[in-house]
Amino acid sequence: MTSQQQPTGAQPVRRRNSRSRRNQLAGLLFVAPALALVLIFFVIPLGMAFWMSLHNWPLLGKPRFIWFDNYSRLLQDTQFWISLRFTVYYTVIVTIAIFAVAFPLALYAERSRPLTKLYRTAFFLPVVVGFGSASLLWAWLLDVDSGLFSYVFAHLGLTDKRINLLADFDTTFWSIVVMVVWKTAGFNMIILLTGLQGISTEVQEAARMDGASSWQRFRRITLPLMRRTIALALILSVAGSMLAFDQFYIIADGGPQNRTVTAVYWIFSQSFMSFRLGYGAALSMVLLVILVVISVVQLRLLRNPEGV
Amino acid sequence: MAGSRKSSVRGLFADVRYHGFGIIAGLLFLAPLVWSVLVSFKPSVEARQPPLPPWPVDGFSVQSYDNLAQYGAGIWTYTGNSLMVSAATVVASVIVSLFAGYGFSRFRFPFKNALFVLIISTVMIPFQSILTPLFLILTKLGLQNTLTGIVLVYVTLQLPFSIFMMRNAFDAVPKEIEDAARVDGASVLRVLYRIMLPLVLPGVVTVAIFAFLASWNEFLAALILLTDQKKYTLPVLMAAVRSGQFGTIDWGAVQSGVTLMMAPCLILFLLLQRYYIRGLTAGAVK
Repeated sequence: MTSQQQPTGAQPVRRRNSRSRRNQLAGLLFVAPALALVLIFFVIPLGMAFWMSLHNWPLLGKPRFIWFDNYSRLLQDTQFWISLRFTVYYTVIVTIAIFAVAFPLALYAERSRPLTKLYRTAFFLPVVVGFGSASLLWAWLLDVDSGLFSYVFAHLGLTDKRINLLADFDTTFWSIVVMVVWKTAGFNMIILLTGLQGISTEVQEAARMDGASSWQRFRRITLPLMRRTIALALILSVAGSMLAFDQFYIIADGGPQNRTVTAVYWIFSQSFMSFRLGYGAALSMVLLVILVVISVVQLRLLRNPEGV
Repeated sequence: MAGSRKSSVRGLFADVRYHGFGIIAGLLFLAPLVWSVLVSFKPSVEARQPPLPPWPVDGFSVQSYDNLAQYGAGIWTYTGNSLMVSAATVVASVIVSLFAGYGFSRFRFPFKNALFVLIISTVMIPFQSILTPLFLILTKLGLQNTLTGIVLVYVTLQLPFSIFMMRNAFDAVPKEIEDAARVDGASVLRVLYRIMLPLVLPGVVTVAIFAFLASWNEFLAALILLTDQKKYTLPVLMAAVRSGQFGTIDWGAVQSGVTLMMAPCLILFLLLQRYYIRGLTAGAVK
């Protein structure tokens, strides 16, 4: 790849040709490792996932081609649809909750006053902690004997005695929602903040001069101008929540009574606990299509205002 | 005069309200993190009680850390696994994306844009849906249950972000700089290493931070791809502890594990916050 000195007498055209070919080769060599990785660990597995979904594929033993039987079976898989419905329910609730916290935080943190940066950092710190660590942390806070919440609730007289918050569906669900909002609000705050900072102060100022109230300014200027940013935050939040696994596995173990088993959790348990790899792949394909469709629809709806 | 005093009173009130909110909200976000660290330094018996007050009453103790050290093959094995996986993911992500970013930014070759879009668009596909085939491919390659295998998966998952960052970083460097060096007869690799690398270093740092945080914290892929207990990374080990695989749950030990997992992330972020936020907003502004 070294660029050798060309003999000065070489014809200019040929020289350029060989040089550009060498350049092309160099470019391809530079991107080759990345392409190889994407091919081996993403594109091929993706094709394989579809191929596997057409098979009865046990962990050991020979796979058997069964056309679309896995897909017709998943239509009757009650637990899959319950999990999917639960995942959608969780996604809607948690996304609303995240925005309800992150938007005010972004508006708050946009101002540049002394200490604002410090507050912003504090809001953001839970983001850099992993979902695994955060889940283990909250599993403890939610524990009936050693945790914080049931003790405090009983102490304040909100409950008669210490109750196990993870024994009931609603308290489990809302506890996890609170944990996820705590963990991800800062992330969404930063995304929304970039949108807010992209709005020129002159526009806001002009509207203020014209006597627009702060609510009107927010509704008529801030929100419309932030459409793209909101779309991005929304897509990231929805996609992340539709794929939720760690917190439900670590904190609740899918309980109580399997009622917090998410879609990914169900795929995981079918593939790696029951070892129905083909069936798990079919479930994965369905989830994949749902996610891509949701993302595309959201992009469409929020990118161009006419679409709404 | 009355007006100015009134406005200064109002200003004071606004200040109190502003900082009051900041302090209270900030504490709410920080409290769980601090609580976990504090309880990890309580003696085991005390750590079993509800954590009020949050700090150790009977003096600081490292008993929970001693208990943590006893699980399975010993905490050093698991910490070592996690460190090796993260370090390798960081190094490999940086090298691969440095090359690819340079290639996509500075060279012309067939299908360049299509290949770039292909790599970037893999973010749309959830990796959760290809874990089963990944498991089989790694088995075929003899990499199942190896840290190398999981590193390759992590590097691939980070690629869309890493390459996007690095291509932008190279795009921002004026062409004239390397042309001058090329005229002087320096090889492509030498130009990349000597001239370009220092100029795109902020991008490299961003790629490295994200690669570290992602690989250090990743749970699901590690849970599936590492079935040999000795190969567990910290999140997989701690989830096993929490699920009671090592006997009764010792919450003090669990929180010392959480502290061990959180500490590098928090420290790294506080030191390199600028680069982290840059990475976060790069995609948002686009």
